[in-house]
Amino acid sequence: MSGRIIGIAGPTVTVDLKGLRLYEIVLVGEARLTGEVVRLERDRAVVQVYEDTRGLSLGEPARGTSTPLMAQLGPGLLSGIFDGLQRPLDRLLERDGHFMAGGSAAAPLADRREWRFVPEKLAGEQVAAGEVIGQVEEGNFRHLVSASRAGEIAELAAGTFTLCGQVGSYSDGGEISACQVWPVRRPRPFRRKLAPGEPLVTGQRVVDFLYPLARGGTAIIPGGFGTGKTILEQSVAKYADVDLVVYVGCGERGNEMAELLEEFSDLADPWTGRRLMERTIVVANTSNMPVAAREASIYTAVTMAEYYRDMGYHVLLLADSISRWAEALREISSSLEEMPGEEGYPTYLASRMAGFMERAGVVETANGTIGSLSMILSVSPPGGDFTEPVTQACLRGAGAFLMLDASLAHRRHYPAVNWFHSYSLYGQAILQHFTHQISPEWPAAQQRCRLLLQREEALREVAEIVGVEGMQESDRLILHSAERIRLEFLRQNAYSEDDAFTPPERSLQLITAILAEHQRIERRLAEKVTLKEALEEGEVDHAAL
Amino acid sequence: MRLSEHTYRTISSIRGPLLFLDRVLQVSFGEVVRVVGPAGEELEGEVIKIDRDTVLIQVFGDTRGLDTGSAVSFFDAIKRAPLSPAVIGRVFNGSFSPVDGLPSYVPDRWGPISGAPINPVARARPRDFIETGCTAIDALNTLVRGQKLPIFSSAGLPAKEMAADILRNSRLAGGGEFVVVFVALGLTHHEYSFYMDVLDEMQGGFAAFVNRADEPVIERLLAPRFGLAVAEYLAFERGMDVLVLITDMTNYCDALREVSTAREELPGRRGYPGYLYSDLASLYERAGRIQGLSGSVTMLPVLTMPEEDITHPIPDLTGYITEGQIVLSRQLHQRGVFPPVDVLPSLSRLMQQGIGEGRTREDHRRISNLLYRHYANGRDLRQLETIVGKDGMNEQDRTMLDFADSFEQELIHQGDQRRTVAESLDLGLALLKRFGLDS
Repeated sequence: MSGRIIGIAGPTVTVDLKGLRLYEIVLVGEARLTGEVVRLERDRAVVQVYEDTRGLSLGEPARGTSTPLMAQLGPGLLSGIFDGLQRPLDRLLERDGHFMAGGSAAAPLADRREWRFVPEKLAGEQVAAGEVIGQVEEGNFRHLVSASRAGEIAELAAGTFTLCGQVGSYSDGGEISACQVWPVRRPRPFRRKLAPGEPLVTGQRVVDFLYPLARGGTAIIPGGFGTGKTILEQSVAKYADVDLVVYVGCGERGNEMAELLEEFSDLADPWTGRRLMERTIVVANTSNMPVAAREASIYTAVTMAEYYRDMGYHVLLLADSISRWAEALREISSSLEEMPGEEGYPTYLASRMAGFMERAGVVETANGTIGSLSMILSVSPPGGDFTEPVTQACLRGAGAFLMLDASLAHRRHYPAVNWFHSYSLYGQAILQHFTHQISPEWPAAQQRCRLLLQREEALREVAEIVGVEGMQESDRLILHSAERIRLEFLRQNAYSEDDAFTPPERSLQLITAILAEHQRIERRLAEKVTLKEALEEGEVDHAAL
Repeated sequence: MRLSEHTYRTISSIRGPLLFLDRVLQVSFGEVVRVVGPAGEELEGEVIKIDRDTVLIQVFGDTRGLDTGSAVSFFDAIKRAPLSPAVIGRVFNGSFSPVDGLPSYVPDRWGPISGAPINPVARARPRDFIETGCTAIDALNTLVRGQKLPIFSSAGLPAKEMAADILRNSRLAGGGEFVVVFVALGLTHHEYSFYMDVLDEMQGGFAAFVNRADEPVIERLLAPRFGLAVAEYLAFERGMDVLVLITDMTNYCDALREVSTAREELPGRRGYPGYLYSDLASLYERAGRIQGLSGSVTMLPVLTMPEEDITHPIPDLTGYITEGQIVLSRQLHQRGVFPPVDVLPSLSRLMQQGIGEGRTREDHRRISNLLYRHYANGRDLRQLETIVGKDGMNEQDRTMLDFADSFEQELIHQGDQRRTVAESLDLGLALLKRFGLDS
């Protein structure tokens, strides 16, 4: 089916095609730019084009493809770097040069690369949809190949195959392939969803100790510019205790992506010792790349993440930043002249966001294994104002809220996670886990650490009025210990090799040492020793060690 | 593809810089048109919307005097810039016409002014130190090649003097020179003549695109794109290191708002269009380096924060795109500190890569962290000082207050003196030692 372009306004192109479906992919113009149908009328359709429309002319052809936006799923995704439409950026570089050219279609996966397939089912066996039928070695990963539908296997061959090739067939003649496509806007199916209960260890002390995250959970990191959202996201991407990371650079800086790619190629995963890039998929849609593709990028990413979740892996999706996605949604909505809601965002912002965040979770997959998909999304509130619509929409769905504080960032206290306003709804479940797995001391230490920080806050107001000199020694001790907690424990240097990552056992040791010293001095003060002397004793002890 | 130009006289309405043209047969989005008015005046314009046979044209230049009988010609070409090394040493207006009295040059080639995004995989990580001669930048918020680092100023603060010093004093790590692309948007004559004097002294040469306060608003949207097309060409095809100074971005954003309103688009925060972030990104993101190529585009935009409000959409969205910001402070300016950089809200995101052993000095990071921490403490204590008075404070706190004062008066303040990074660091270290804070 083909038609013509009858209108162009920025990325929205009107075509006179009939018989299209909503969200179907349409190729417009001689350059065959990819677009998605966002509005249908009787005799025309509005297409949101994913590329620069400059140079597109009235009357150029347009053609429907009868499929929605799809992600290609198969071995070879790991270590991949894609744009928002899952085009492989390294191959676009080879073909088009240093700058992105419009209309460059390219298959996400290298179709000539050969993979070794080991079948796990025999000819004649009945399989259900989603059941594992064999596996492929993808780097260090066991890449499971599952049946795309139920049926009886007629043939399943061991050996090498290329992505386009088939590995077997059903008895009704249907092909079995190790690669599949999936519409990105539709969540992949699973048997049932379970409650998150296992910790997602990030290696960031303030997060793991005070506001722990859960595998299968969602967390948001809102913060004004310069508060360290990206550094925190990247640190978590490096050190999180998961099998696989999908990192989406959604409308952010190009230089940051260059930094991430370089570091991930050099650094080792602290849990396995292998190169980080081997467990990472990057989706890069920088701020100057087309806005509509930015909107699609998080769906492309989450679909790839779900694909690995369905093999029983623990997958972490990091998006930096979800606000840029929301802004893309706003731009598209505004170019469609929809009625705006708060601050110009469409009124369906919150429901779209919720729909996306609900794709996280711990699931029993179609083949009966347990996999999880966790999300950590950074939010960039305009002017650092958390009452704005995107932060508020995120808060409804998120299980943890790690609020970044500009005043901490100004004094170079990173990660600038505010320890009063942040929260984690997974706290209780994870607390039990840490108590059993790490130490029964954990809850008490956490409690005392929180208490000290709270009392410091109250005392600081007093100190501002009467001065530290005018305070009681016991109160000054609290200020002293809380400062140690802030400087030596909560603050963490992402650029130092020793400090960038701390396992939970070590976090507990560090905080216990500070708390023990606090208790010792407290006892000495009760024995009428002055604070100065008590502190000096500690230093002597320390030197003796 | 059409080969010949075609002309229409079917204007149905004129609204500020916008023309509506009816019954157009063939037209491309983004196409350049020529409008000829009743008095024979020629203007350029661009197609910004097509709805069946009605075309919306944005005219560059002043639309005063146009009537509905004006002729509009189409050429089937998008806006391009003439690219050649001959651009160096020349001054143009916001439409790329020479204003220095010399004739146009013969270009190597014509390139689209909007450019294409750099493939993220092709980017090289910026890490080569640039010595600006300014301690607040070199020692505390280091600039690197390929970075975009804006100066957030406020009305009445000496942003132009600071920018001029950076232009005069910047050297690459190896001691090399920059080619400067200077883009002036809505500049008063006073500022214009100041900058032109500075550019004339430049060693490495410059190209200037100047749109003055009384020149067409719409050219403010074009001039930075011309400047950046030239900068990309010089950097990535001619291997030069280009420093792009754009001033004042606030005028750019206001021009964008003006045009957006004329187009009856939905206004966002403070009337700026919802796509302000993406539009700014399409400029700022053109800074960078490319793997395997020797040149670079480093960007130094200057903007004025309306009402000194850093949460205003212009500084806010800029800060979200750029790799840090240098914030000027009125208090420091009033105390005679030049450059009046408030280092606490200032930041260079790419600093960590540009400093340390083999780049600046192995103790750079430590010195800078110590200076930051103690200065932040000192600044906090000033609030206490206003309540209890300096005499009511303990000795340690008084030391911190003195340190903060000396930090501002001796380290940040440097007048017109150029300091090497080693001098800046030594000065910082000496200051820390004097107050016993060097450990």
